Amino acid sequence: MIRVSQLTKRYGAVLAVDNISFDIEKGGIVGFLGPNGAGKTSTIRILTCYHPATSGSVHIAGLDVFKDSVEVRRRIGYLPESTPLYPEMRVREYLQFRGKLRGLTHDERVSAIKRASDRCWLGEFINRPIGQLSKGMKQRVGLADAIMHSPEVLILDEPTVGLDPTQIRETRNLIEELGREHTVLLSSHILHEVEQVCTRTIIIANGKIVASGSPKELREKFSAQGKIVAELRGPIDDVGKSIRALKGVTGVESSSDQGWVKVTVEMQPESDVREDIFKLASAKGWSLREIRRDGATLEDFFIKVTAQQRLKSA
Amino acid sequence: MQNIVTMARRELGAFFLSPIAYAVNAIFLFTIGLAFALGTFKSGAEASLRDMLDFWMLLILVFVLPMLCMRLMSEEFRSGTIETLMTAPVTEAEVIFGKFFGALGFYFVLLATVLLFPIILASFGPIDLKLLLCHYIGMVLVGSLYIAVSLFFSTLTKHQVVAVLFSFSLLALMTFASHALATQLEGWPRVVLQQISIRTHYHDFVRGMLDMNHCVFFITTTGFFLFLSVKLLEVRRWQ
Repeated sequence: MIRVSQLTKRYGAVLAVDNISFDIEKGGIVGFLGPNGAGKTSTIRILTCYHPATSGSVHIAGLDVFKDSVEVRRRIGYLPESTPLYPEMRVREYLQFRGKLRGLTHDERVSAIKRASDRCWLGEFINRPIGQLSKGMKQRVGLADAIMHSPEVLILDEPTVGLDPTQIRETRNLIEELGREHTVLLSSHILHEVEQVCTRTIIIANGKIVASGSPKELREKFSAQGKIVAELRGPIDDVGKSIRALKGVTGVESSSDQGWVKVTVEMQPESDVREDIFKLASAKGWSLREIRRDGATLEDFFIKVTAQQRLKSA
Repeated sequence: MQNIVTMARRELGAFFLSPIAYAVNAIFLFTIGLAFALGTFKSGAEASLRDMLDFWMLLILVFVLPMLCMRLMSEEFRSGTIETLMTAPVTEAEVIFGKFFGALGFYFVLLATVLLFPIILASFGPIDLKLLLCHYIGMVLVGSLYIAVSLFFSTLTKHQVVAVLFSFSLLALMTFASHALATQLEGWPRVVLQQISIRTHYHDFVRGMLDMNHCVFFITTTGFFLFLSVKLLEVRRWQ
C-alpha cells in the first residue's frame, strides 16, 4: 500500500531524512516512532504530498506521490500534528468544505459527515464554531476530516497529543477500529500507545530507520540482550563471584537487603542463565525466592536504539 | 473549476465572519461618503461622480483592499491550515484563484454600497447609465488588480502587516507615483510611466471611455500577479 524507496529530504544543509526505505502492506496499523527532529514529520509530509522529496520515491496505492499528487491526496486522510482548522467556521461547514474539495457529491457528503461525526463523537458539537471548541474537540474534528471520505490510507501525526485520559482511550479505540478498514500510519511519541494499537513499528532516528518489526518482536530482540534479576539468601561475595563464573554472564551487580542478596545479571546476547543460577543455588544450599528476566518494554528498546544512532551520528 | 468555486465560497464566507472586514468596510464607506459629501454634494458642484472616482476612490482602495486581502494566504501560513489545504486534492492554481474570486466577491459587495451615491444624484437629475456602467467596469478592473497584487504579497509572507506594507507601497507607486512622475518627464520615460500607471489607464473609465487597451492592461496585469502568486505558492511548498 505504501512503498518508500531510498527517500532523502534535505532542508538546505540539514539532512532530515537519510535514504530510508520501507514497505507497508494493506491493512493494519503501523507505528512510526522517533525522537523529536528524527525526520518523522518530514517523511509524513512527503507521503502526504505536502513537501517534495530531495531524492527517492514514494508510492501510495501504486501511485507516485510526485507525479500523481492530486490522485494520491484523494486516497489519503491526514491529521497533522497541530490540527490546523479554520476557527470562524462551524464544524459542519468545515466538513462540508473539505468534502467538496475531495469531490464528494451532496448526498455522499451528507452521509460521510454523519458517519464521521458519529465515529468521532461530534454529534452535539456539529453546529458549533470551531474557534469555541477545546483542543480535544478540535482534534476530533481533524480526525473526522481525515476519515470522512473513507481513504485507503490514513496518516495520523500525534493524534492523542493534548487530549485528556478519557479522550486518549476513546481515540485509541477509534484508531484500532479504523485499522480494520484502512491502512493506518500512526506517528506518536507515546510508546505505550504504539505498543497497544500497532501491528508493526518503524523506529526512525537522525533521519534513518533504526529498527522495524512488531512491538513484540522488538521487545523480544531487546529482551534477548537483557538482564536476569535474582534474589538469594547467601554470602554476598560468594553469590556474586559464583554467578559471575557462569558461562554467558558478562556482568553482575549485587546488593544486600535484610539478609537477601539481589543480583542483576547481564548476559551475552541469546544467553539465558536462569536455569544455571537455580542449579547453583541448589548446589550451594542458598534459598532462592525470585528469579526473572528483566521485562523489556518498547520504551527500553526505543531509548536504546535511538541513543545508539545518536552516538553513531556524533 | 469546482474547487475554485468551493475555495471562493469559503473565502467569501470568511470575509463576512471577519471583524476586520467589517471594520475596513466601515472605513471605506465613511471615507468614500466623506469624499462624496465634500467633493460632489456641495453647492455649485457638477452632479457627477467623476471627482470622487478619479482620485478618492483610488486612494481609498489602495489602503482598503490590501487590508482586506492581507490575510488571504498569510493567515493560512501562520495558522498552519496551508498543510491541511495542500494535502487535499487541490492544486496551487485552484487555491490562488479561489482566494482571488472570494475576495473579488466581497469587493463587489463594497461596490454595491457605492451605488448609493448615483441614487442620491438621481434625485437631482437624470443619471447616465452607460457612464455609470463604464465607471463600474473601471472599478471592477482596478479592484481586481489591487486584489491580485495584495494576494501576491500575502502569499509572500506569513506576516500580515508585512504583506499590507508591501501591497500599499507597490500599489501607491503604480497608481500615483508613476502618474505624477509621468507628467514631469518627456519622451520615452513618460510613455513607459504612463503605460504602467494604473491611474492613467483608469482615468478613461471615469471619463466614460471604454478603451480595450485599458481593459487589456488591467486583465493582463491582474493575470500576471495571479500567475506569480501560483508560482510563489509552489516555490514555498518546495522549499
